[in-house]
Amino acid sequence: MMSGSVVDNTVSSGNSSAAIPTDISGQILDLDEDDDLEVFSKDTTLTDGSSFNASMQTSPASMINQYKFEEDADTKDIFVTVDNPESHVTAIETYITYRVMTKTTRSEFDSSEFEVRRRYQDFLWLKGRLEEAHPTLIAHPLPEKFVVKGMVERFNEDFIETRRRALHRFLNKIAEHPIFSSSEDFKIFLTAASGELTSHKKQGPGFLSRMGDTVKAVAAAVRGVRNRPQEFTEMQEYVEAFSQKISSLDKVTQRIVREQKEYLEELKECGPTYALWSQSEEELAEPLKNVAGCVDRCCKETEEQVKNLSDHLIPVLHEYVLCADTLKAVLRRRDNIQADFEAKTEALATKKADRDTMRNDLDKAEDRLEWANNALKSDWTRWQKVMRTDLRSAFVDTAERNVSYYEKCLAVWESFLHSQRTDAEGNGKVDFS
Amino acid sequence: ATLQSTILKERAEIFDTDFQMSADANHQNIQEREREGGRMVEKGTSLLKKMEISVAEAEKRTGKNAVNMQETYTVYLIEMRPVDAASEGTNPVPDSLWRRYSEFELLRNYLLVTYPFLVVPPLPEKRAEFVWHKLSADNMDPDFVERRRVGLENFLLRVASHPDLSTDKIFYSFLTEENGWKETVFETGFQAKADSRLKALNATFRVKNPDKRFAEMKHYGDELQSVISQLLRVRARAADRLYGVYKVHGNYGRVFSEWSAIEKEMGDGLQSAGHHMDAYAASVDDILEEEEHYADQMKEYLFYADALRAVCRKHELTQYELEMAAQDLTSKKQQREELATGTIRTFSLKGVTSKLFGQETPEQREAKLKMLETQIEEGEELVKERNAECEEFVKSAWVDIERFKEQKDHDLREALISYAIMQISMCKKGIQVWNNAKECFSKM
Repeated sequence: MMSGSVVDNTVSSGNSSAAIPTDISGQILDLDEDDDLEVFSKDTTLTDGSSFNASMQTSPASMINQYKFEEDADTKDIFVTVDNPESHVTAIETYITYRVMTKTTRSEFDSSEFEVRRRYQDFLWLKGRLEEAHPTLIAHPLPEKFVVKGMVERFNEDFIETRRRALHRFLNKIAEHPIFSSSEDFKIFLTAASGELTSHKKQGPGFLSRMGDTVKAVAAAVRGVRNRPQEFTEMQEYVEAFSQKISSLDKVTQRIVREQKEYLEELKECGPTYALWSQSEEELAEPLKNVAGCVDRCCKETEEQVKNLSDHLIPVLHEYVLCADTLKAVLRRRDNIQADFEAKTEALATKKADRDTMRNDLDKAEDRLEWANNALKSDWTRWQKVMRTDLRSAFVDTAERNVSYYEKCLAVWESFLHSQRTDAEGNGKVDFS
Repeated sequence: ATLQSTILKERAEIFDTDFQMSADANHQNIQEREREGGRMVEKGTSLLKKMEISVAEAEKRTGKNAVNMQETYTVYLIEMRPVDAASEGTNPVPDSLWRRYSEFELLRNYLLVTYPFLVVPPLPEKRAEFVWHKLSADNMDPDFVERRRVGLENFLLRVASHPDLSTDKIFYSFLTEENGWKETVFETGFQAKADSRLKALNATFRVKNPDKRFAEMKHYGDELQSVISQLLRVRARAADRLYGVYKVHGNYGRVFSEWSAIEKEMGDGLQSAGHHMDAYAASVDDILEEEEHYADQMKEYLFYADALRAVCRKHELTQYELEMAAQDLTSKKQQREELATGTIRTFSLKGVTSKLFGQETPEQREAKLKMLETQIEEGEELVKERNAECEEFVKSAWVDIERFKEQKDHDLREALISYAIMQISMCKKGIQVWNNAKECFSKM
């Protein structure tokens, strides 16, 4: 079935709000549905930004100023690491915690070093809180809850390691975000003892109020937005296209890994065959054994190269697939805020009673909208820069590793040639001119 | 031709070209060596001193076959060019004729029967085997035809450079007489001289005392055939997989290109990186074509293993026939003794009946003795003859086997070296492509 032809690109139809990756082609790229993305994005539709985080006091106008930041990575004042996974067994469940270490010079922190243990649920909570407070800011994605394809067991070493790295990147991206990193919830996440964190978690907006928000959110979503500004429509188009492309790259890379592994399986039989042959030969025994050794060494290099792709490129691509879904969710939330404003505007125009309260509500909704739009516009620029940096370095890194792979194999075969040459010079038999 | 010159060029780069061959007194018979795609081809034979032989072209023909049915087949142009012409600078039209594969087969069968004590060079395979999926198994496929052309030329050169085979008249007329050659071959009656399979198989099982060296050689031939088959199989599968790896990278090219359309700053970097990915994907075709050449070199020795085994089997046959003749002689001598002394040591029906029904008359015994004497005389002649045959066979076959061993060691070593050179070339290409891609990526 390997025809080497180019993959067909079928554009997905309809509103992909359920975050199912586009079906690219059946021919070369297999398509597996990442159901877990649904788990992830369902959380975000519950929040519509109508609930303010207590720490948001400033007016929308002054918010704009906060975004005029320069790229000063050298003056990083907070360093976070996630490591040391440990398994915990209780009567009810088994789960993994990770050590989260913080080193900071920020004044709002009581100390300069912190060490806490956190589990995946805690990360989920943090993300939820950040998104509730800032519905139109772009948060880096978390690794998925569980991997359906391949039936990877939750406590498999590779899975834990991959998750650990993703959690590490998540926290670092939060720490690098100008707004998120000053969030109170973030600070508590990094510093509070387990008991403290649990009680703080319970203080969030009540379940019932969340319900109320959800109803409003659904209603707003159903109503839809009437006059979406052009720039946000363009953003949405970009996100659609970006999502497709990055998904494709993810699939292509995974396909390459699969093909490499199969190639490796076959190559592994070559060396032993040459070695077997050398046993029947006299003069040829030495060069044959030599070739067997070379092939075996190239196998090892190929194995490492496959591992590199899996460990370095694929996780980054995968995260940006998740990012695309985050972006879609952010755009949806912005739309909902606008829809809410539009609905309140209409209501004020038509209803006669409670005009004062309604006018008040409308003003708030207008502020909310303006704030949301500005936040998104600024964070969009920031996100694009970060995305470019991340993907550029991931691809540059991959290219470097490939070069290194070929260089190592080259050295292996050159050493073989060298050995044959010195051998020949010794025997004086063969003319290489 | 370009492939060979690439390998030679690369080899020259890697090894100092001023490395001299030191004279080896033991190999005075082998005077000049010429690299023909890395194979050892003697120029010492008188034939090759006079003429340059090549299989220059291949063409499709259609015609009626033996049962009057239309068929399409390929013919190959054999060219003979006098050696002097090249050095004089003139370029006269070479003698040439067209031959098809079946005629090559006929020639080889003739040589096999006529020179059973020689390791007869093999023909390129009749059907494409050990193919990986992209290669066509179709005999009409142009790549297959081209590789066959090279293989046929190689066959002719091997025969022409063999000290004994090169002087064969039928071989010479194969190269020079287009028409009537087939009849000439059949007139030699070689087909009648061919040993029946059954006879050969029988000998293999029943021979008691074959020359140890030949037994070892046969065993070596078995092992060689087995291991090269395995190597070719594994290599074909690996080639298939490698093809997949490279080609999937072509998808990067396409996606980068599409992605670049929606990006502003990243667009150029992505677009150019995409081109390099396309180049990478395309490069595998050349790489694997070169590897086919390596596979062909291995295949030649796979088939050579068979030729080697054939010589050993022939030895077993001659040895067996000698043993049979000797055994027969011994039994006849024994019979004579019994008859002469009147003692019956061996059980025979005659003996029993004569005991039962009385012995034969002295005249009868006399007649019998006389007959036995004649038979014994003939038998001794036969044993002498067969013994001489056997010795002669062993002597000349062993000389050729030694020659073959040296050729094999040399050629296969060269093949391994050219394989290494191929791998190096592949790595260099990979380094170049990924360095280029890296530059493009850093501009993203």
